[in-house]
Amino acid sequence: MSRRHQNFRNYRQEQRLTQGRVIASAIFVLLMALVLMARLFYLQVVQHELYQTKADDNRVMLVTEPPPRGLIYDRNGLVLADNRPIHSLTVIPERVEDFSKLKQMLSGIVAISDSEWEDFESRLKEYRRPYQSLTLKSQLTDEEWAKVSVDLYRLDGVQVEAQLTRYYPYGEAFAHAIGYVGRITTDDLERVDRLAYQGALFIGKTGIEGFYEKTLFGEAGLSKVEVNARGRIMSELERQNPTPGKDLHLYLDARLQQYAYDLLGDYTGSVVAIDPETGGILALVSKPGFDPNLFVRGISYDDYSALRKSTKLPLFNRALRGGYPPASTIKPFMGLAGLEYGFANWTERYFARGYYQINPDGRRYRDWKRTGHGWIDLERSIIESVDTYYYQLANKMGITPIHNFLSRFGFGRSTLLDLNGDSIGLLPSNEWKKAKYKEPWYPGDSVNVGIGQGFMVATPIQIASATSALASRGHYFYPRMAATIGDKPAEFEEGLGEEHDIVLKDQRNWERMVEAMRKVITDSQGTARRLQGTPYEIAGKTGTGQVFSLQEDQEYDADSLEKRLHDHALFIGFAPADKPKISVFAIFENGGSSSKPADLTKKLFDAYLYDDYPAEYDYLKGNKDEG
Amino acid sequence: MKDSFYRRAISFTNARLWLLVHVDILLLGSLLLLIAGGLVILYSASGQDVAMVERQVFRLTVGMLVCLVLAQLPPKYMRRASPALFIFLTILLICVLLFGVGAKGAQRWLALPGGLRFQPSEIMKIVMPMMIAWYFSDKQLPPSFKQIVTVMVLIALPVVLVAKQPDLGTSLLVAVSGVFVLFLAGLGWRYIIGAAALAPIAGYILWQFMREYQRQRVLTFLNPESDPLGSGWNIIQSKTAIGSGGLYGKGFLEGTQAQLDFLPESHTDFIIAVLAEEFGMLGCGVLILAYCLVIARGLYIAANAEDNYARLLAGSLTLTFFVYMFVNIGMVSGILPVVGVPLPLVSYGGTSIITIMATFGILMSVQTHKRAR
Repeated sequence: MSRRHQNFRNYRQEQRLTQGRVIASAIFVLLMALVLMARLFYLQVVQHELYQTKADDNRVMLVTEPPPRGLIYDRNGLVLADNRPIHSLTVIPERVEDFSKLKQMLSGIVAISDSEWEDFESRLKEYRRPYQSLTLKSQLTDEEWAKVSVDLYRLDGVQVEAQLTRYYPYGEAFAHAIGYVGRITTDDLERVDRLAYQGALFIGKTGIEGFYEKTLFGEAGLSKVEVNARGRIMSELERQNPTPGKDLHLYLDARLQQYAYDLLGDYTGSVVAIDPETGGILALVSKPGFDPNLFVRGISYDDYSALRKSTKLPLFNRALRGGYPPASTIKPFMGLAGLEYGFANWTERYFARGYYQINPDGRRYRDWKRTGHGWIDLERSIIESVDTYYYQLANKMGITPIHNFLSRFGFGRSTLLDLNGDSIGLLPSNEWKKAKYKEPWYPGDSVNVGIGQGFMVATPIQIASATSALASRGHYFYPRMAATIGDKPAEFEEGLGEEHDIVLKDQRNWERMVEAMRKVITDSQGTARRLQGTPYEIAGKTGTGQVFSLQEDQEYDADSLEKRLHDHALFIGFAPADKPKISVFAIFENGGSSSKPADLTKKLFDAYLYDDYPAEYDYLKGNKDEG
Repeated sequence: MKDSFYRRAISFTNARLWLLVHVDILLLGSLLLLIAGGLVILYSASGQDVAMVERQVFRLTVGMLVCLVLAQLPPKYMRRASPALFIFLTILLICVLLFGVGAKGAQRWLALPGGLRFQPSEIMKIVMPMMIAWYFSDKQLPPSFKQIVTVMVLIALPVVLVAKQPDLGTSLLVAVSGVFVLFLAGLGWRYIIGAAALAPIAGYILWQFMREYQRQRVLTFLNPESDPLGSGWNIIQSKTAIGSGGLYGKGFLEGTQAQLDFLPESHTDFIIAVLAEEFGMLGCGVLILAYCLVIARGLYIAANAEDNYARLLAGSLTLTFFVYMFVNIGMVSGILPVVGVPLPLVSYGGTSIITIMATFGILMSVQTHKRAR
């Protein structure tokens, strides 16, 4: 059919037309190819550096390696906080296809509680690096470990990881002194370098572990790794090894600590022992304690609520936060205050009746001894713990000298050098009462403070450090836990809690007061005469702190009172009296009679000074050479 | 000696033997160059997966056979078969829409007995220019307005069918393969300029026809950073791969974007980014040069073809091949939207290799079946 038109067509012209279009196309192709090359030039030459950086940002990632945590030793080189390898069941979520299937498969192999699953699932939702394993069950027993290992090949994404965990070998007696580490919370991460803690399992929360977190943690290792698009590490490009945390050697004596804890028996209470020559804390007991190991990998809800609900408040650090009336243990300090300001002297005699009245016909402030003590002097007021003497002394002084003098011993402020979270107690003053109650200070308020009652509240660590200052005849130390950090003696920020001398107008008063406190034991009327018969001399002072106020003429009858309303029993003491090596404060809550803390204190002296421990404490002896 | 080598090379390409087996040695040579380079890149892009490279070699071999077989077929037979093929394939495209199988919300294949799958739209890329070239083969050129309208209708029908699958990339290539014939047939420049002016309106109409994911692609193209982890990821990563390659590249198998899986679809649509990262702008230049050699030879064959049908068909097929390459490199380097067009003969993949090699079979046929003058 094409032949029909043949004559009318100019094939030559049509060929030229199409060939021209082919040439036009060729030019078009060339131009477009140049456009592509121009684009490549722009990306690969002009913007090369930008994209080079982007490519490196893609593939290079910083990974931190947590350093081994510094260990905590007692004064004899016994490890109180250790690092121990444990085996944990961990899961890499990216490798798990079906969690419900995994759950079902695991249930036949190892028991994983619902709370462990819940915990795992909640952490699964938090941000984390891809391909980072999450702990499902920590601290597998050897049996569980063996069982899981057998089936590991068919559990995709599941692995058994060996990790270093914190371990506190001696448990609850040390919980309030050493503190514990716990799982890192979002709040914790606000305070620290997130990158450094990226791979860390825990962070110091309380006690020594909390205060010395930075020292114990060390420096995280940092490696530059190459990752693929799914975040999987393919190779290590650069590596900076972690610097292990520094070890801490404490003043704490593990045997003394455990012994004191045990001697408190079934009572709740606190014992603080300080070396007056250094200010080092030899024992810091708050009973009951708790097992700090529970907190290391995150405490379970059940365990935590059990601790929270216990009426004995095991989580409450009585040694640092317990607010008690110092009761009669304040008397030596009160006596020194009277001497300092000229309201008392060693020779003046005072007739002590069974009560004291500010005004005739006024309120009767009762002495613990109903019949009174008769003619006494300052020394005897200490020996027999004469309340009325201190009522009148405090009334004469008024609150301001009392406040000023007692604050020199650390009352009413924080005394801690290397622990956190203490309470400052309450050293009342005129201003304080005005601010708090909008009322003036009444003479009756002073009277109560005179025997360490009323508004006055102090913590065991405060009373203990004040006692230590008394023992060293006025050399005040802020009590401290750490003796050495790494290889160097512990140093503290300048100006912060520096040791100093409390200088009295008459420095001889120190010795006279110690002498009076010695007679508390040696005198036939001494309130702690039961402690007689030691080969060394003890100076001490008893105290019984009222838990509730008796009415004016009400008799205190221990038998008719509920135990929780019994008086607190207190004792302060140091030995040997002439050159003290240890000073102790002990309180038995609701202990009734101060014989309990007195006996405890004596036993601690025997133990510390003469190594007179029951044999069962040998396991805590430590080995000085090792440390 | 130099002179004799040159003469021998000429005589080699003109050898009667090659003519006898209907092989155009220059086209074959430049194709083999391209294919060899492509396999080297694929080895790297596949993560040194030898099995994958072997499968590609197998496919290329089948494609080469198709090419050589088609080369034996004189163009006049192709011309005669053109309308029947066109009607047959159009029916198949309708069948795809009715009974087709596929994935990702698109149905592109027809299931054949024996588990084979067949994609009619691929073959339409060849049959479309055949049809339009056949239409013009007995007409006086340049085309009249009426003829232009007729041709536009002929083009539009399969293009719409393919676009509805939906397969934007292929429908685009089918459309251009037809339009190129029209252009080569001498479509008046005023029409071309007019069409260029109307393009924005056409674009708007096209937008209305697009599926959501296709629109997303266009939006992502316009601003990849708007969705860096979602649909913008591909283009950001491919630009990063290309840019970080620099002038000389990071070295074979040393591309971090490609080897660490940051580059998605690295062995298929985005394979050029692997080349760009590992061999730099230099490597890309060599590849584009290889393409240009193939295209130059194709255009030479077209220009020297015996009749209008052969000229129009050969020219259109060559230009379509170029569009393939241009759209792919353009989209990977971020100057065109991501439309899912593979890099011809280099990207790992099935049907397109066969149809592209068939294209070159037709070109060889056009070149080697000329009546002796």
